[in-house]
Amino acid sequence: MSNAKVKAEIVSKEVEGKDAPWEPRITALVCNWCTYAGADLAGTSRMEYRPNVRIIKLPCTGRIDPLFIIKAFEKGADGVLVSGCHPGDCHYNAGNYHARRRWIGFNSLMEFIGIDMKRLHFSWISASEAIKWVDLVNDVTEEVKKLGPFGEYQDINKDGL
Amino acid sequence: MPRIGVFVCQCGNNISSTVDTAKVAEEMSKLPGVVLTEDYKFMCSSPGQDMLKETVAKNKLDGIVVAACSPHMHEKTFRKAVEKAGLNPYKCEIANIREQCSWVHHDTTKKIGTAKSIDLTRMVLERLKRNKNLTKISIPVNKRALVIGGGIAGIQAAIDIADGGRDVILVEKEPSIGGNMAKLSETFPTMDCSQCIMTPKMVEAELHDRIQLYTYSEVEKLDGYIGNFSVTIRKKARFVNEDLCTGCGDCWNKCPFKADSEFEHGLTKRKLIYTPFPQSVPNIPVIDKERCPKILKDKCGLCEKVCQPEAIDYTQEDEIVVEEVGAIVVATGYNLMDEARFAPYGYGKLKDVINGLQFERLASSSGPTGGEIQRPSDGKVPESIVFIQCVGSRDESKGVSYCSKICCMYTAKHTMLYKHKVHDGQAYVFYMDIRSGGKRYEEFTRRAIEQEGAMYLRGRVSRVYEKNGKLMVQGADTLSGSQVVIEADMVVLATALVSRQGADSLAQKLGIGYDKHKFYSEYHPKLKPVETITGGIFLAGSCVGPMDIPESVSMGSAAASKVQALFSADMLDREPITSKVREETCNACWDCVTACPYVAISKKEIKNRKGEVIRMVANVNDGLCTGCGTCIAACRSKTIDLAGYTDEQVYAALNAF
Repeated sequence: MSNAKVKAEIVSKEVEGKDAPWEPRITALVCNWCTYAGADLAGTSRMEYRPNVRIIKLPCTGRIDPLFIIKAFEKGADGVLVSGCHPGDCHYNAGNYHARRRWIGFNSLMEFIGIDMKRLHFSWISASEAIKWVDLVNDVTEEVKKLGPFGEYQDINKDGL
Repeated sequence: MPRIGVFVCQCGNNISSTVDTAKVAEEMSKLPGVVLTEDYKFMCSSPGQDMLKETVAKNKLDGIVVAACSPHMHEKTFRKAVEKAGLNPYKCEIANIREQCSWVHHDTTKKIGTAKSIDLTRMVLERLKRNKNLTKISIPVNKRALVIGGGIAGIQAAIDIADGGRDVILVEKEPSIGGNMAKLSETFPTMDCSQCIMTPKMVEAELHDRIQLYTYSEVEKLDGYIGNFSVTIRKKARFVNEDLCTGCGDCWNKCPFKADSEFEHGLTKRKLIYTPFPQSVPNIPVIDKERCPKILKDKCGLCEKVCQPEAIDYTQEDEIVVEEVGAIVVATGYNLMDEARFAPYGYGKLKDVINGLQFERLASSSGPTGGEIQRPSDGKVPESIVFIQCVGSRDESKGVSYCSKICCMYTAKHTMLYKHKVHDGQAYVFYMDIRSGGKRYEEFTRRAIEQEGAMYLRGRVSRVYEKNGKLMVQGADTLSGSQVVIEADMVVLATALVSRQGADSLAQKLGIGYDKHKFYSEYHPKLKPVETITGGIFLAGSCVGPMDIPESVSMGSAAASKVQALFSADMLDREPITSKVREETCNACWDCVTACPYVAISKKEIKNRKGEVIRMVANVNDGLCTGCGTCIAACRSKTIDLAGYTDEQVYAALNAF
């Protein structure tokens, strides 16, 4: 188990009590201009969604190195979601197109290295689409919860690889 | 060991009602590198900021995390505060525990909100530990402006910038400035003559001490970035020495050859040495090198013989000029859609089917008929004219999806102009909807219909054909539910406004965006309507989309004010979030060069002591780089990194989850 996960578990056990049921951990890699602002709007509008997601803000989805996603899984994420501006709306003109292209290439690699693609979600959410953000987080959480914990990488570690 | 302070904000009870802020602070205090934590009511308040400043200074903190509202809200506030306390502002990070935590998780037992806030704050804390001191990038501003396009929008922008005391270069590809507005007869809704209001503006631009005109010139290339552009301009050969020519007109009076006049949209002929129209600015002719026999096969040469100032120069070649400017206004205007696409309406085949701009010329007192409405085929005064609106507009199958916006108004104007000149003439208008939003616009169209006798028929025209010397216009009148055929002497098509031919290639040269119709894209359609995504390049007029004169003028002035604001300081501060290249490891694959949407990365030579090039590496231009990070994800050797969002920082945040 990774340090982070241990740490997190200590916290959650402490806060939520020892018998709290398993909840998936979702890492969100979002762009600063659209999705991050969309998620902010969900807050400003006092919407409610599942608390399983932890957002990492990046300037643009074009900044996302596929290794970030692998790292997220390695460090104990059970699901990853990536979201940026809609095609044509990128703050940086074309960063999201790069992200989309990389994503397509990256897809097959993810499956090859044993990550169920159901654990990975790619979406476009604009600064005004708070509802879409709420739905996405809820859906991804639900989906990943059905799949159960992502333990494969920890298992590999256990085998001493 | 870092000395980090974590400040958890309660935001009144906005955060504290669902997050145990004291608990968050307590958990953070257990983490390595954290020397103190605070749990505070309102961090953004004046006392809150003072407390922050004092704490930073007193405890010699080298980094702080404020767990509070969204960084979009108060990142600037807190960074400014710590800067005053002597800390680098980029050593202050915000954990968003309000918009993305307390406000979206309504659990009043505070379990959920507290656990999540602890995670979010810890992630930001780990990231902060890897933050470097960054300094705002300061770049000099060259306070000269370039305006591309000499129509009303461009002229307005140029005059406003020049009146503000800055030098302006105005580039126009035609031999004269004036653009489409110079062609118009009278303008809606005031019916004042276009040339009467336009020509003084043109002359003002010509005579302004701070405006330099480059007519018959085009932008070839743009280098540089905001504040520091270098523009390559091609001055097309006029074959007339601009310094010697007096504009007397002897040459074009004597020239024995003629071609269709572009300015008059083919309604009349011009000479092969010509100015587009009598009020041209500058009043210096050009030789039509595609047709002139002297240029083509060294025959004639009459203009040279009659030119007393000896201004004619058949050996002249295109000249390439490079100008340095700090800001650019793009105001390239529009074209009318090619009517050849509307064969059923007979344009090009039937001589008396003309477009709106041709009608403007017919109605203009400086036009080919001196303002008499005469049909092109035989000069007869038409007894009836059918105006067809939405030719190509709002018609995705044959034309464009958008509304061209000005046609309803100018068609109403045309019917009035016709009525004023041909009192017993009858105007018919086929329309889809009448769109006359604008100050005094609705009253204007109502006047055309109710007082000036234009017959408006709601429906589409299916075809126009000739019968016994008349034009038969067959269409539907959907309000009466019947098919109608109207006998007309002339048909005027309100063809769609489309982007200027070559708009896309200019956009690519400038590095600005355009939509599927090749209209230029604003930075933000509502809140930044004259800015483009490229810093220092602004937009004005109908290169953005169909627009009438008042809008074009407003936009020209708006763009000018943006340029003035940019020129108000000697140096320009930019966020230091830019890509950096580690030259030792760059293997010159140039993937970053291909990926960069801003053409900010170039190839740099590394030379040895003898001055020989030993290798090439990528080089980021800080002025152009906007910090999107696309190059970093493309870099295979991990040579390039983004200040403020380094790989190390992102991995630290990922690891901390």
